[in-house]
Amino acid sequence: MEEKNTNPRRKFLDTGLKAGLLTAIGAAAAKAAMNIDKAYSAEEETIELMTPGGTLVEVPVSQVEEIPELKDGDYKVREGFPNRKFVMVVDLARCKNAKKCITACNKTHFITGENAWLKVYKMQESEKSAPYWQPTMCMHCDKPPCVKVCPVDATFKRQDGLVLIDNERCIGCRFCMAACPYSTRVFNWEEPKQGEMTEIYLQMEEMEHMGHEMHSPDYAGLPSLKGTVDKCDFCPHMIDQEELPHCVTACPNGVFFFGDAYEDTVTNGDETFRLSKLLEEKAGYRLLENLGTEPSVYYLPPSDRLVNFEEGLENYTEYESVEKPETPENTEEL
Amino acid sequence: MKDLNNLIQDLAPKKFTVLGKVWTGFLILVIIAALVCYYFQLRDGLIITEMRDYALWGVYISNFVFFVAISLVGSLMTAILRLSGANWSTPLTRISEIIAVAAIIMAGLTIIIDMGRPDRILYLFTHGRLQSPIIWDVVVISTYLVISLLLLYYPLLPDFAILKRYFSKNGTASKWYGKLSLNWSGTEQQNKLYNKSIRILSIMIIPVAFGIHTVTAWLFATTYRPGWDSTNFGPYFIAGAFVAGAGAVITIMFFLRKSHGLENYITDAHFDKMGKLLVLLCLLYLYFNVNEYLVPAYKMTVEEGVHLNELFLGQYAALFYLVIVGGLIVPIIVLLSPKGRKPFPVFIMGMIVVLGAWWKRYLIVTPTLLHPFLPIQGVPESWHHYYPSTMEWIITFGTLAGALLIITILVRYVPIIPIHETAEEMGIAETEKN
Repeated sequence: MEEKNTNPRRKFLDTGLKAGLLTAIGAAAAKAAMNIDKAYSAEEETIELMTPGGTLVEVPVSQVEEIPELKDGDYKVREGFPNRKFVMVVDLARCKNAKKCITACNKTHFITGENAWLKVYKMQESEKSAPYWQPTMCMHCDKPPCVKVCPVDATFKRQDGLVLIDNERCIGCRFCMAACPYSTRVFNWEEPKQGEMTEIYLQMEEMEHMGHEMHSPDYAGLPSLKGTVDKCDFCPHMIDQEELPHCVTACPNGVFFFGDAYEDTVTNGDETFRLSKLLEEKAGYRLLENLGTEPSVYYLPPSDRLVNFEEGLENYTEYESVEKPETPENTEEL
Repeated sequence: MKDLNNLIQDLAPKKFTVLGKVWTGFLILVIIAALVCYYFQLRDGLIITEMRDYALWGVYISNFVFFVAISLVGSLMTAILRLSGANWSTPLTRISEIIAVAAIIMAGLTIIIDMGRPDRILYLFTHGRLQSPIIWDVVVISTYLVISLLLLYYPLLPDFAILKRYFSKNGTASKWYGKLSLNWSGTEQQNKLYNKSIRILSIMIIPVAFGIHTVTAWLFATTYRPGWDSTNFGPYFIAGAFVAGAGAVITIMFFLRKSHGLENYITDAHFDKMGKLLVLLCLLYLYFNVNEYLVPAYKMTVEEGVHLNELFLGQYAALFYLVIVGGLIVPIIVLLSPKGRKPFPVFIMGMIVVLGAWWKRYLIVTPTLLHPFLPIQGVPESWHHYYPSTMEWIITFGTLAGALLIITILVRYVPIIPIHETAEEMGIAETEKN
């Protein structure tokens, strides 16, 4: 880390990535590295940046101000990352029900029960309209009904838009589940069977190294607690490591885009878009907008689809949001 | 003087008969069974119920709403009828107060039974947030419990003093009644305070009682759910609560009249009047039911449509019509005729009304949860339905037995019919005192 910081260029890239300018900038910077010597003499070191308009400009390093780190020393779990507003965009045109998002989410959050945090719904608005696959996770609403009704402040909304749950506070009244119109919350009806416990404890040790507390709300599911509510958390533990949430990276079709609304950028790891432009061009919308919950998850309509709906059906198992090990071979894999 | 002695003789608490002992033993057995099941629930989690992520509230919550409803009768009988000058209800006030106290205690306990982490109950007080309707419920239920207890206890003061004298041969009983009577001697100042306090309590309990059931209605109505998203819910719940409460009073007064030989005090006229009252309340509740179902059914929006179709024609239809027709319309028809207001038919009607009221709560809670906005997919087939498990039933019956046990114990040690008030109304109280 110290070595990195001696090089201002590296430092910028480092903080730039932390700021969520994401992989695209990395690629752009690599390209910039090749051109940089040609355009400018050695007078002052310059750097290439992308403007909000999307064009590349070169500026002297001295003009560049460092963006504060994503998570500084006094990061508070209940307050979240400062100056962020995390959003997700789900491109329904790309979803072919590969379910890799579900698998990745379940695996990394140690979900082995029936209640997956992420579901892919088989949707059809009316008989004559085309069916489509709709992945649904926690909407991280700006006006979250679950937070309003929680009697003990167990579920809370952070300044970065994430709605998280503190399993050490939850009294298990399930009012938040009743209030959530998206049915994304799940309950630990019994002692969660979370597979390989040693793996969980290894991860927890690692977390403690990083200064986290046990059962931290920004690392939900590690481990889950009986009698409390769980749900999708947008993987703040991954954001913290400047990585994308698991569902985003796991999707082979690039369905999920994650990003920061203040930066107006979303990426699925391969492609990066201006959020506003993307939503405008593709007619993005949110689920149950009429309820006024103001979700942070946007959907792009399932038009011009990559594949037919039928092609996703082969992956469809009607009553399984969680793949269960049934054969001995499967058990070994776990 | 002789009248008064007879009166006290008639109304003073009596030892359990054999039947009473069997009854109490039975209740205790049910409660023990429920406690055992609750132990399993604590140990294994709520998995022992049939509730799952969709039907996330079940029989416990409907039972809770039922208890809250029943408890409203305390305010109806004691406060509303008292303030409106309906003196005929005097012999029924104590019964309804006892029912109210028993029901509200069990409502509080039922809510704890439903919690996933009852060990964290104190967080409601240490971390409570006023914007949550659950906290409103906690506040208003505890307030109602306190007022109900006071409203039960205050009118008992003179009765305890009477009982102290009556049981003078039995040292311990006399001592306890003496202590409980708080040195009531019936002086003018005491009487003045007593009448004033009861009046204030009677007035205070009405808004609190309306509050408790409105808040319970809001608990549902504040969520984004078809079937609960209704501005009608507050008054609808209150009207329903009065029906349930009146039914409970009728049922219990019939039993007590039989078991304690109170035919002279709880007369046929009382059943007649309670029958008329019940008709009125049932009509009122029916009116709110029409409001509750007709308006959304007329529009049949997608979400409400799924819900109402299930109620009217789907898997809940049988229960729905049983509750509406059996629990409301039949009692209205029967109780409208004078013959139907004889004690026995009134009692039967009262009992079906209570049963109907219980199932009605179940119909309010369960179907809505199984009709969410997004379809139920990706969960096991069993999660699409809800019907309580055996352990859930046992725990639920345990809470009902708990309420009945509280009633039984109070009835054993407290005069069922207010002695002092009855004597006053008969004009024989004053002579006795000095």
